[in-house]
Amino acid sequence: MTIQDAAKAIEAEIVAGTERDGLDINSACGADLMSDVMAFVKDRVLLLTGLINIQVIRTAVLMDIEAVCFVRGKAPTEEMAEMARENGIVLLKTRLPLFLACGRLYEAGVREGGVRAIG
Amino acid sequence: MHYHFAVPGDDFARAGNASAEMKKILQRLGIPHAVVKRTAVAMYEAEINMVVHAGGGEADIDIGDDEITIVMRDSGPGIADLELAMQDGYSTAPELVRELGFGAGMGLPNMKRNADELTIDTAPGKGTTVTMRIRIPGAE
Repeated sequence: MTIQDAAKAIEAEIVAGTERDGLDINSACGADLMSDVMAFVKDRVLLLTGLINIQVIRTAVLMDIEAVCFVRGKAPTEEMAEMARENGIVLLKTRLPLFLACGRLYEAGVREGGVRAIG
Repeated sequence: MHYHFAVPGDDFARAGNASAEMKKILQRLGIPHAVVKRTAVAMYEAEINMVVHAGGGEADIDIGDDEITIVMRDSGPGIADLELAMQDGYSTAPELVRELGFGAGMGLPNMKRNADELTIDTAPGKGTTVTMRIRIPGAE
C-alpha cells in the first residue's frame, strides 16, 4: 500500500517537508532498540518506534529504511526532520501506541515483518 | 583508496557520522548495494561501540579491488570476556545507552554477521582494535 494509505490506517500525519509520492509499504517493524533493527531487519520496512533521537534517522539511512513512524504522540526534533529530508525519508507521527499502530497496519494489509529468519 | 575518520567520544549525537559519510562514498564509487549496506551497518555498530564504551577512536577504511577493510581503533578499557561479548544479547552498556536505543547486546554479533571476516584485538586496559573485511563479489 502507499505510504499515504498506511498513514491513514494508523491515524498518522506526515511530518512537514518529508512527504514523498510513489513510496509503497509492504512490510513493517516495531522496535525501540536500533541495535535490534540493525540485527533483524532486512527489507525496506516502515519502522514504527517510540524512540526519539537522531540515531533513529541515522539507522534508517544506513539500513535503507525509507519511512519511520513515531508512536505514542511523540514528534521528531527539527534536527531529525532535517536529516530525514536530506535523505528522502518520510516521517510520520501518530498518537496510537506501538501495539495498536502495528495492529491497525496489519489489519489494513501490511502483513510482512521484513526481518531475516530468526533462531 | 584510503579514508580516515576521527570518531569523537563525547557526543552521542554525532556517533555514526563517519559510517554515514562512508556509505555515501561507497555509493558514489558504484560498489554493489548489498556490500555498501553491510559495510555501513558493520561500521556503524563499531562506531557506536567506540563512543559508548571507549571514548571515541579512529576509523581507517581501505577500499581495494576485491574487498573493503575497516579498522576501528580505540584506547578504551578493552573487552574483558570476548567470548561472552560475542553472544547475542550480552551487554555491559549502561542503562542510559539502552534509553538511547542501543546496548541490546547485538553490536558485535551484528558486525560478525555483516563482515566476511572479523578480528578483534583487545585486552583490559589496552584498548580495542576491530578489523572487518567485506569482500566485493564479482570483482576480479
